[in-house]
Amino acid sequence: MAGSTASLRAYVITRVALMFPMLFLLVTFTFILLRVVPGDPITAIFREGTPPEVIDRIKTQLGLYDPLYIQYFRYLRDVFTGNMGTSILTQRPVLQDISYYMPATIELTLSSMVVAAVLGIGIGTFAGTRRDRLPDLGARLYGSLAYNIPIFWFGLILKLIFAVWLRWLPVSGRFSPRLSAPPTVTGLYTIDSLLAGDLRAFVDAISHLILPSLTLGIVLSGFFVRITRVNVIHAMGSDYVEAARARGIQERNVFFRHALKNALVPVITTMGLTFALLFSGAILTETVFSFEGMGRYVFQAISYRDYPAIQGAVVYYGILMVIISLCIDILNAFVDPRIRY
Amino acid sequence: MTPLLHTKSLSVAFETPDGVVHAVQDVNLTIQAGTTVGLVGESGSGKSTLGRAILRLLPENAKVTGSVFFDGKDLAALSAKAMRDLRGRNIAMIFQDPMTRLDPLMRIRDQFIETIRAHDPTVEAKEAGQRALKVLADVRVPSDRMGMYPHELSGGMRQRIMIAMCLLFNPALLIADEPTTALDVILEAQILELLQAIMGRYNMAVLLITHNLGLVAEFADRVAVMYAGHIAEEGATVPLFREPFHPYTQGLLRSVIDLDTEALYSIPGSPPTLLGATVGCPFYPRCEKRMDVCKTVYPEPRPVGEDRRAVACYLY
Repeated sequence: MAGSTASLRAYVITRVALMFPMLFLLVTFTFILLRVVPGDPITAIFREGTPPEVIDRIKTQLGLYDPLYIQYFRYLRDVFTGNMGTSILTQRPVLQDISYYMPATIELTLSSMVVAAVLGIGIGTFAGTRRDRLPDLGARLYGSLAYNIPIFWFGLILKLIFAVWLRWLPVSGRFSPRLSAPPTVTGLYTIDSLLAGDLRAFVDAISHLILPSLTLGIVLSGFFVRITRVNVIHAMGSDYVEAARARGIQERNVFFRHALKNALVPVITTMGLTFALLFSGAILTETVFSFEGMGRYVFQAISYRDYPAIQGAVVYYGILMVIISLCIDILNAFVDPRIRY
Repeated sequence: MTPLLHTKSLSVAFETPDGVVHAVQDVNLTIQAGTTVGLVGESGSGKSTLGRAILRLLPENAKVTGSVFFDGKDLAALSAKAMRDLRGRNIAMIFQDPMTRLDPLMRIRDQFIETIRAHDPTVEAKEAGQRALKVLADVRVPSDRMGMYPHELSGGMRQRIMIAMCLLFNPALLIADEPTTALDVILEAQILELLQAIMGRYNMAVLLITHNLGLVAEFADRVAVMYAGHIAEEGATVPLFREPFHPYTQGLLRSVIDLDTEALYSIPGSPPTLLGATVGCPFYPRCEKRMDVCKTVYPEPRPVGEDRRAVACYLY
């Protein structure tokens, strides 16, 4: 009994310790990869015909002619001091850029994950417990449609219906220009407006979030419906569920305590990974709704080979990814006693 | 005397995409209180389905006809709620593979408490824990196993725990579906010894479902031999083993390893598929003593021999 708790602690410590070598490898590989990929920031930014001496001067200024190991150590210094260097394109510290685009991504990620989780687990469970009956067929159809629908098109359709025809919701952006934005604390308009006690601003921020998060959430829910359904079916047909019924356990408890709990273990893992992935931005959704998030920032940085910006973004994703997967693993280890080192 | 359990032309058919599978057909089986009935047959002969049909544990595509009387009550007439309460309280069941029968995410203690409170919702967790300790002692499982998860326990330990859960309410009947098949020989002996001790102490009747004839010879008061969903022969163990009447039972007993002879006998052919309606005796194609009548009309079981055992064969 005590052994189980102690090994959970050992598991967490091992996982946290493993974070550091993983991040170091990630940082190094990003550097190498960017130097191997053809093209460089200056040729990407300047038009053809720019005098070579101008390009040379700028490249020297940016240190792009320095030996690679010097560039690498400069980059490591930037990572460890936390400012991630200065973006070649925006001329602002990368950290400052990221903290501008980040809150939009956090808001979109959280709200679309809520939509996806509620729809995915809800519909998936509903279908899994009614296997091969009409509701199951409907749910499977929904799952396939949602999973395969082009997100760009779907976003436009939702926008057309709810923003253009019905005028219930704003067309795009994160906040109405006619309102004054709440003072920045977290950068998340929803949280900041609540902190400022500004209800109108809060409602406005939420109304801007609805369409993008529905778009992204519904598309993601298609996949969650599928995996939830499969896992629920599997758990309902499992030996321990039959044995629980044979002991006279109430069907409600058989389902919630035994089947659903076991079914959700793999679902949690998949959701967590999707969640982490969403933090890298949802470029299509952001574009359709002019939602200034990380997806658009990184897309732009890559198009212009903005080394410091890309490196900074990758480091930030790396940290987030590692932290989130750590949380998922700890959560899973907590739910499932078999997961231990 | 009313028998503890009596099935009356119990049949189970499964609707499948390939057609109807007749897994159990017209089975009449009687179990007296406190006795052990061995139900033997090859894999797929319907013996596990029969056990589950008694407890109404079959999936939705199963169509059950006929009746099961337990303690004089028709189980088919019970409400779902009453049937649920009967499971685990009056009739308990253990299964073949103890490794997968406990919820992997729940401590042993909680699985005990849940079982007790499913039948007695007013029992406090602490008292339930004490009751669990009592039955655990009966199956000789150390009390510290209560705080463990199933994966921390061996197969033998898990089967003991499954048995202990069956003892909580002192049921009148235990359905043991291949209880030792997944265990090694030494564990098998230990579990069987335990089962025997417990049957005596708790005065339980046992329906022992197995393909192991040795097990049945040793434990069962009566034997029912199942073939292709039908009971081919049913009677008291000793005379049935001494002189089997049904050609299938004869073949089955001959195929047990005999150390005095070199050759291992096997019944020619393979069991029929249970798909679709059958006419005549299902053993006809493999039978060494078949007659024309066997092909067209199923032989109704009739009492044969001094011990008046039921044999479904035209030879008698």
